Amino acid sequence: MAKVRGTIVVDIEKCKGCEICVGACPTSVISMSTEVNAKGYQYAYLNDPDGCTGCTNCAIVCPDGVITVYRAKVK
Amino acid sequence: MEEYKLMKGNEAIAEAAILAGTDGYFGYPITPQSEVMEYLTMEKPEERTGMVVLQAESEVASINMLYGAAGSGKKVMTSSSSPGISLMQEGISYLAGAELPCLIVNVARGGPGLGTIQPGQADYFQATKGGGHGDYHLIVLAPASVQEMADFVSMAYDLAFKYRNPVMILSDGAIGQMMEKVKFKKQQERMKTQPGWATVGKTPDREPNIITSLDLDPARHERFNIKLQKKYEKIQKEEVLFEEIACDDIDYAFVAYGTSARICQKSIELAREEGIKVGLFRPISLWPFPYKEVGKIADRLKGILSVELSAGQMVEDVRLAVNGKIKVEHYGRMGGMIPTPEEIVLALKKQIIGG
Amino acid sequence: MADQILNKELIKPENLVYKKTKILNDNVMHYCPGCGHGTAHRLIAEVIEEMDIQSDVIGIAPVGCSVLMYNYFNIDMQEASHGRAPAVATGVKRLWPDKTVFTYQGDGDLAAIGTAETIHACNRGENITIFFINNGIYGMTGGQMAPTTLEGMKSSTTPYGRNIAMMGNPLKITELVAQLPGTCYVTRQAVHTPSSVRKTKKAIRKALEYQKKNIGTSFIEVVSNCNSGWKMPPVQANEWMEENMFPFFQLGDIKVPEED
Ligand code: SF4
Ligand code: SF4
Repeated sequence: MAKVRGTIVVDIEKCKGCEICVGACPTSVISMSTEVNAKGYQYAYLNDPDGCTGCTNCAIVCPDGVITVYRAKVK
Repeated sequence: MEEYKLMKGNEAIAEAAILAGTDGYFGYPITPQSEVMEYLTMEKPEERTGMVVLQAESEVASINMLYGAAGSGKKVMTSSSSPGISLMQEGISYLAGAELPCLIVNVARGGPGLGTIQPGQADYFQATKGGGHGDYHLIVLAPASVQEMADFVSMAYDLAFKYRNPVMILSDGAIGQMMEKVKFKKQQERMKTQPGWATVGKTPDREPNIITSLDLDPARHERFNIKLQKKYEKIQKEEVLFEEIACDDIDYAFVAYGTSARICQKSIELAREEGIKVGLFRPISLWPFPYKEVGKIADRLKGILSVELSAGQMVEDVRLAVNGKIKVEHYGRMGGMIPTPEEIVLALKKQIIGG
Repeated sequence: MADQILNKELIKPENLVYKKTKILNDNVMHYCPGCGHGTAHRLIAEVIEEMDIQSDVIGIAPVGCSVLMYNYFNIDMQEASHGRAPAVATGVKRLWPDKTVFTYQGDGDLAAIGTAETIHACNRGENITIFFINNGIYGMTGGQMAPTTLEGMKSSTTPYGRNIAMMGNPLKITELVAQLPGTCYVTRQAVHTPSSVRKTKKAIRKALEYQKKNIGTSFIEVVSNCNSGWKMPPVQANEWMEENMFPFFQLGDIKVPEED
């Protein structure tokens, strides 16, 4: 059966570490980094390659529009 | 054949506005200039030229409608009288700061506060020295007849677009209300294209156009202010307007604009009957003020009487221009009172000749 | 670990499902982390892109936190003085009736200093769209009481909470403009969750489409957070907003055109 898999690309240097995306992810696969970006913010990242379905929830709630989402059906 | 019409000054400015190809008028009723919008709505300019006329909820709204419309590159105007113009000052400062061309007509009345609905010239400081906040100037034109009320409209637009600067016609209740014959120019077409800076929708061939007076970077904002000041210097060099009436072979001069200038013309006649050689210097552009020209005429005079319907405002500029060379005094009436030609002659004798 | 992009093989143009709209440029917005302004900006920009109206749209920025919003949009914009955006928009729209004109205003701008301009533009039925971001506080000046500050809510000028007897009532200006015959579409939305974002975007689309039909003013309130002003982290602020703001400022359509 075909399975939908997704991934996100966070523009790390533009992420402000607000964590809004974390709670928006239905599969809870976004975490905040322990290290910080140049602005001093911890940034969001995908923590599980299998969990993301590419639903775009995180991207559409991100106030800074720093998340790009890809999705594909995989066999 | 030349066709003259008999009209009030306020009506003449309204008719001239339609003929000058004005795109939009935004205003709010206030005495003594309500005839401007009344005439406009009666004339159905939307049918004559497509001009938009809108009665706003306040002078604050009208000046900001003007800002929006001017920012989109249209030829637009408002009119009001002293208290209303005070209310507009914030918007006028923004218009100057965003460098938007537009026409603001002040048919002035006496103040301060609600003051009176009778004519006054006590808005000179407000009109020429800034009025609102920040370092800026309006170009200020002072008509002295119904004909000039009409003529200055298209002149004001030309200056406004030439310099990207708001222009004010500073008239008063007497000229706004009085009837005189006036001859109009031909109907001008409304502008077909807008200047490149106007916000009309961003096309792929250019960056977004932004109309703003804000810049939070002090160095950049100072550079902008310096640029503004350079523009004002150029205007001061090139756009001074004035008239000398009966100024050959004189010992004294009245300096007066608008209604006061009209009365002074009669005073000249009366004074001459008594053998006093006096003429009239009439600034037409109050800003830029004709400093050089007043200074020059002072070289051949014994004294100047500045006549205004105020406690003495323009007289400060006359004194600056004369720079102490000769005696300069002010004579004026306030509260809506208008001096007679006789009392002006008396003032000349008392304050300048005998004083 | 966190720097690693997972599922790299999926990153191909044909798999792209979400990317920031071209109607926003790459400037980093000055808003605080988690602030709803960024999301609201993006949704408006996305709708402009989807409706393909970039060359026909003129936006009017307010005074307040979003005073510099024109730094982020790839559209022509004007910066209005405090509260006057609806008058500025009126001036533009009256002379360019075929263009799409919108204002974007905060609660202080729209519902305090600009009340007259708001009410009268709506009452005249100007064919403009008003976006009203309500976070119950003056954000830019440091969190003072706004017309929409809730009863008992603390701000820097209501340090002991808004006392109605002393400071008056919070203003539901959106319900007020819905009463006016000039408005065609009045709705209150939010942008803090995926579903609220989707609803708000639909509302924005509707509002701009109604504008094209010349049937009056469309008005969208977005109840939003002000993390700095409320002195809470973003996620907690959104929870506080749900618990405290939404019961008073109820989400949903308040007025829709008759044809719908
Ligand atoms: S696209 Fe959906 S599933 Fe993937 S990280 Fe974002 S919210 Fe989670
Ligand atoms: S919502 Fe956006 S800015 Fe906030 S943490 Fe997630 S990616 Fe970063």
